Amino acid sequence: MVEITTFSGNRGLHLEEPLIFEQGCPGRVGTDIDDAGPIDEDRLGGLARKDAIGLPDLSEPQVVRHYTRLSQKNYGIDSGFYPLGSCTMKHNPRLSEKMARLPGLADLHPFQPKSTVQGALSVIDLLAHWLKGLTGMPAVAMSPAAGAHGEWCGLMAIRAYHDDHGESHRTRVLVPESAHGTNPATAAMCGYTVDPVPATDRGRVDVAALKAKLGPDVACIMVTNPNTCGLFEDEIIEIARATHEAGAFFYCDGANYNAIVGRVKVADLGVDAMHINLHKTFSTPHGGGGPGAGPTVLSEKLAAYAPLPFVVHGANGLELVEHAEQAPGAKPFGRVKGYHGQFGVFVRALAYILSMGSDGLRQASSDAVLNANYLLASLKDVLSASFDGPCMHECLFDDRFLKDTGVTTLDFAKMLIDEGFHPMTMYFPLVVHGALLMEPTETESKETLDGFIKVVRALAAKAKNSDADDFKAAPRLTPRRRLDETLAARQPVLRWKHGANAEG
Amino acid sequence: MRYLPHTDADRRAMLAAIGAKDVDSLFKDVPAAARLDQPVDLPAGLSEMAVERAFTRMAGQNLSAGCAPFFIGAGIYRHHVPATVDQLLTRGEFLTSYTPYQPEVSQGTLQYLFEFQTQVCLLTGMEVANASMYDGATACAEAAVMAARVTRKKKIILSGSLHPHYVETTETVTKHLGLEVESLSPDPFGLEDLMGRVDSQTACLVVQNPGFFGGIRDLTQLADACHEVGALLVVAVAEPVSLGLITPPGAMGADIVVGEGQSLGMGLQFGGPGLGLFATRDKYVRQMPGRLCGQTVDQDGKRGFVLTLSTREQHIRREKATSNICTNSGLCALAFTMHLSLLGETGLTRLAKLNHAQAVRLEQALRQVKGAKVISQSYFNEFSLYLGDDVDAADVVEKLAAKGILGGVAASRFYPHWPELRPVLLLAATETNTQDDMEALVSALNEVL
Repeated sequence: MVEITTFSGNRGLHLEEPLIFEQGCPGRVGTDIDDAGPIDEDRLGGLARKDAIGLPDLSEPQVVRHYTRLSQKNYGIDSGFYPLGSCTMKHNPRLSEKMARLPGLADLHPFQPKSTVQGALSVIDLLAHWLKGLTGMPAVAMSPAAGAHGEWCGLMAIRAYHDDHGESHRTRVLVPESAHGTNPATAAMCGYTVDPVPATDRGRVDVAALKAKLGPDVACIMVTNPNTCGLFEDEIIEIARATHEAGAFFYCDGANYNAIVGRVKVADLGVDAMHINLHKTFSTPHGGGGPGAGPTVLSEKLAAYAPLPFVVHGANGLELVEHAEQAPGAKPFGRVKGYHGQFGVFVRALAYILSMGSDGLRQASSDAVLNANYLLASLKDVLSASFDGPCMHECLFDDRFLKDTGVTTLDFAKMLIDEGFHPMTMYFPLVVHGALLMEPTETESKETLDGFIKVVRALAAKAKNSDADDFKAAPRLTPRRRLDETLAARQPVLRWKHGANAEG
Repeated sequence: MRYLPHTDADRRAMLAAIGAKDVDSLFKDVPAAARLDQPVDLPAGLSEMAVERAFTRMAGQNLSAGCAPFFIGAGIYRHHVPATVDQLLTRGEFLTSYTPYQPEVSQGTLQYLFEFQTQVCLLTGMEVANASMYDGATACAEAAVMAARVTRKKKIILSGSLHPHYVETTETVTKHLGLEVESLSPDPFGLEDLMGRVDSQTACLVVQNPGFFGGIRDLTQLADACHEVGALLVVAVAEPVSLGLITPPGAMGADIVVGEGQSLGMGLQFGGPGLGLFATRDKYVRQMPGRLCGQTVDQDGKRGFVLTLSTREQHIRREKATSNICTNSGLCALAFTMHLSLLGETGLTRLAKLNHAQAVRLEQALRQVKGAKVISQSYFNEFSLYLGDDVDAADVVEKLAAKGILGGVAASRFYPHWPELRPVLLLAATETNTQDDMEALVSALNEVL
């Protein structure tokens, strides 16, 4: 390939873009604001700001161009195939965005009188109705802001139940080694100790080991199902039975619920609590890292401990319970965040759910599982599949196929970037070596999958037959090549300072 | 179904390639007892038009803020968001990307996070900020936990000026962590004595500025008192626009500043999602929760950005992580940073001055309301109005709503157990209010009081 250098540093559509602080000119402004007009005296209590803030002044067109250029340095689902295992990067419908922007839903304050927000409360209530109906669970705590927040909500409800029943000594939580890092971190935030459970060579929870660890001090187990290897825990009913027999609860990490919506009601698996990542399963945008929402379904035993606030049906329409005494019988464990939950995310998720309907949601799970099995079947002769199929919504490979090539999982992933794909999840789950976890999702066509399969097969062959340096040098065609993460951590530069962040 | 690309022929061809008889056989690991043969008994899918109709109907059952004289604040503020923000926010490369774990294809996200972190530092007067938390309340709780980690002390003191949701969230988060939380009584007059509360057992004192009831205070002496006994001063800012006009917490000695970023870029959205701001001193960076974006260079020596110091985080440290947070409020941070870029120094300063002037004008207008008195000694764009000894502010709010006016929020909505707060009404004014709005509020108050 011919290396082309340019005077500007730009490369055609790859435009270099300085930091916002390196642009602008004092006195410009990108939004018109009326003059404050005269006031007799300020009421700032003598605390008016003395120093300048230090923000740059730009015009609207400059700002538009800045963010447009930044966006062009990003890969999104809208750009192409994004098989990032465990993250469910499926198509985000624009209808959901449009609904979330209806002024009657977007321009509402959380503390308006309830009589003026009946429609908003009905959005929350209708979404809760669907979540309960799909999972078969009797209750749902709507306010958690994300998956990890939902985990914490579920475990706090469990802890509240135990404290309420004289079982405060239950402080141990069993967590499989294949779990997301959030599981043990969440358990620690509830004051629990974490006891890891090994996996079998079938990629599933070692049920005998789990049973051996159950005891009178166990508060709950946290099991992801389908699990992080993309497999359904086929002994899950027995796991739940043994857990309940030991007086403990079954917290299910619902990160992979998208594989089984409409095909399994989690209540039938013996689940006591499970969060649902609305931003995965119900397709609200990930937005470069958030926001999400993690409503947590609860069993009959745990329902009374759901956090504030919650919506109930009252004599004058829907009511929002903001204090425990407003709902007889409720024993909320507290409040998990400000206001009434991730309302904007609720609107989007509900728009998706109503669009799909019960039939469409079941078809989506079916197609997600079909697509993952198709990838597995089409790649297992050239990559090394960690476990036998069938898989659920994602398929797991490890790095045995790269043995003696000098190429690592990371190199392989970076090579895919040059081919125009977002890489799969790498090095997770931890239970296999050099993991490559692929989640195609149901919104990808057979043509897209075939195109990806062709490239992965070619790269696998290339890794075996050529110089690893080629892989080590990837990616070559991106706005930036591999970044020095060691330098970033050793000499942290976490903000711009005047004169300190020169272009390299 | 419009989001699903497969035809039946596609499905048959794929099943053949897999060597499976049908899709059901792919679910063979699900115990038979739990397999559903039919879709769940809920309605079938709807067309785009039908979904729009359903939401339009629900939206129509609400009184949106833009259709009424509107004076509600209490932690969520109605500001004009420039059209540019939302138009850029919906670019698919921002909207539909994941957390930037692959930095070569995420420089857009990483650069705006780096710029966001810098803007938060500049606004708050702090040295380092993270890439966002869920909202102000959870950021506040995380700050309390971090302060306990830093100081190895257990007592958390929550001022009566702190937003009640921040108080309740912090109490909940700390419940099982062996910490002792002392939540002080609500402080509508700004009279509480905090200096005397801090002692050698104190991990942190958490105050809000401007306070929940509106008051602004100089925190310098409080910071000194905290530092003298080895405690940290945590300052919550629920209205970041205020930082365009008042002295930032960093300049008054704060050790951690948390806040709610909703005011800039996001609109009301019925209170969620929010944007948790979190900033502190450089020396505490390794104790921070949440993601951090840092500058580095690529293989060719060009400046670039990556997520860094992730050994604090759950995906590496598991149960020893500083927090369990994973998904945060990335897109809200983008909205915030875009709005702030459009404002700049000049615009934010003007906006803050205008907000304050509006509140001063509102206070003046309210002098025409018989028996009512503003009790906040100082304020930015929100204050507490005392309506009179026997007046129930909650009742007044309902009567105003019946007249089509969203006239603030009663303190009793947050503090049902404090009868002395029943006459207190929280009122906010921003650039979105007109003179007509204020006159409408005043005359309606005179009618219902």
